Amino acid sequence: MTAIAQIRQSLIVALWFMFLTFPILVIRVNTIENIIEWRWVNMLYAGAGSFLGSFAWRYLLERKSRAAGKDGGPVRTAEATAAEAKPWWRRLREERQYRYPALSVLAVVATIFPFLPFTSTYQINIVTNALLYVMLGLGLNIVVGLAGLLHLGYVAFYAVGAYSYALLHYHFGIGFWTALPLGALLATLFGILLGFPVLRLRGDYLAIVTLGFAEITRLVLENWNEFSFGPSGIAGIPRPGLFGLEMDLHGATIYFYFLMIALCLLTIFVVNRLQNSRIGRAWVALREDETACEAMGVNATAAKLTAFALGSTWAGLAGVVFAAKTTFVNPASFTFLESAMILSIVVLGGMGSILGVILGAFILILTPEYLRAFSEYRMLLFGLIMVMMMIFRPQGIVKGERRIYEFHRKPEDRE
Amino acid sequence: MNAVTEPLLDVQALTMNFGGLTALDQVSLQVHPGEVAALIGPNGAGKTTFFNCVTGIYRPSGGDIFVNPPGKRRRRLNGMKTHQVTAQGLARTFQNIRLFQKMTVLENVMIGRHCRTRSGVLGAVLRDPQTRREEREIVERSYAILEKIGLAGEVNELAMNLPYGDQRRLEIARAMATDPFLILLDEPAAGMNPRETDALEVLIRRICDEEGIAVLLIEHDMRMVMSISNRIHVLDYGKKIATGTVAEICENPVVIKAYLGEETEE
Repeated sequence: MTAIAQIRQSLIVALWFMFLTFPILVIRVNTIENIIEWRWVNMLYAGAGSFLGSFAWRYLLERKSRAAGKDGGPVRTAEATAAEAKPWWRRLREERQYRYPALSVLAVVATIFPFLPFTSTYQINIVTNALLYVMLGLGLNIVVGLAGLLHLGYVAFYAVGAYSYALLHYHFGIGFWTALPLGALLATLFGILLGFPVLRLRGDYLAIVTLGFAEITRLVLENWNEFSFGPSGIAGIPRPGLFGLEMDLHGATIYFYFLMIALCLLTIFVVNRLQNSRIGRAWVALREDETACEAMGVNATAAKLTAFALGSTWAGLAGVVFAAKTTFVNPASFTFLESAMILSIVVLGGMGSILGVILGAFILILTPEYLRAFSEYRMLLFGLIMVMMMIFRPQGIVKGERRIYEFHRKPEDRE
Repeated sequence: MNAVTEPLLDVQALTMNFGGLTALDQVSLQVHPGEVAALIGPNGAGKTTFFNCVTGIYRPSGGDIFVNPPGKRRRRLNGMKTHQVTAQGLARTFQNIRLFQKMTVLENVMIGRHCRTRSGVLGAVLRDPQTRREEREIVERSYAILEKIGLAGEVNELAMNLPYGDQRRLEIARAMATDPFLILLDEPAAGMNPRETDALEVLIRRICDEEGIAVLLIEHDMRMVMSISNRIHVLDYGKKIATGTVAEICENPVVIKAYLGEETEE
């Protein structure tokens, strides 16, 4: 489309918008003095705003379609892909001589971050929170990104983990380090228990059942007072100890930060190994085509159940950590919004991509925090960012990391 | 019947009803070791339904399906799940290509090894020597199969990026990776040009002769069916109307009638 045409289109949009918003933006009835105020200047703003918005929109869309056109034909040879200039972030990820220095720099930054003079307890806290969501995102990534099962009730298993620690501590005085594996185990068991009946469902049906399950879990926690103390929750959950060391709040926050880093590294390690194993391949095949996958001898039920159970394990782990971090749990922390947030992290980051999920978690958790400057508009801006993201980069921030990895997978041992 | 001529696949009076529609009516069919058998028939005759029943995608309404895997005892396949049937040694391809599009060519074949390998979650995380050995075995076997099929140059290409003919061949490679004694090919030549069809014919013959895997194929390309098959089975409206060698089928008036229609009195 030519620029003239774009301008004409945008003008039409602007006029239409001015017309539509005329009653609410221009006319105001002043009921005290019984006069009508005509605020014509507002119409000008609406017109200019929608004109610019529409123009930018069209420009971006056209750029997107041009980029898609360039990718061209269905047959893309490996040489053609390699010949294309690689952007710096891909070189950073794929080429060894850049990859390891980059990782070391990242490790150093992560290590000294809490000790920098300008990092407050608040800063460390929100980063720790983001790390918690990295863990949750990577766990859900097994279910949604790799195995392709749309799971809308992930938060239920998060709640199982959190309540496991809270109740085990309340009744038996069990500490954080014992509760961590126990919470994970309980969440896994819950996952298997739910998985058995529902995993024969596919796609949307599965999504609805998992959604329902999450709501049931939350309602049970909210209403079964004898068991979970209802909406008032359980308070006084201890933070994890470090050999009986006494720590002030700032020290405890730093300790928690490093604990979270360690758990995230563990998660990344496990997920990375899983996704390139026999099981991981079966998951991806299941996502691609369930019928063909079964015809190739993969037990789809078992593969789905494994994915579901492992995803739940990570939710359970994260749940225990969450309970220890906030020292208080109640059902309000485990609403559907939480599930949606974790799912957004996976989808926005890039399904099946570890790096993508990590970036997604940081962006989605930290953006609302740093947008606090915009006070009441922050959620609006946040929503706008997400909408833009999905329109202009639906494959996620990191496009199919798996795929790139597989491209370079050579059968090392041939010959 | 002695052990040599015992059929690999022995289907007896297989019946499949979908509500009131009888898609397969008392079909009996045998596939013997070392043969390429063809299953032909007009559109809607029930050929793919037959495949789906044998491979456990559908549960047949009646009849029996037996296999006699070489060196193992006779098994009845009725009621087995698809993946269990594959583990018995029956592999298949699909009429409309069903590759794992976003996986590489090699990975597609590696999935075929799934039912012949064991390692689980713990092995994947720990990567113990046993798992590593198994993983190496999977890669080597898959690569060897791709070499035989002639796709070794494409191992790291995504399946979706392959040309059409290669996608069909990759499906065969994937099926071969499951160590079958019998491969069921559902219209392998569909959409291929004559040159690709000729290459496919050579490939199927080689699978049968060199790998010792028997083949049962559904095909509409009569030139290929006639030149490749040891035995042809003809289905029409869910019933088996003929079985025989190429020459016998060509002469058979019932088959000619089913395919060309009946001559009417003028």
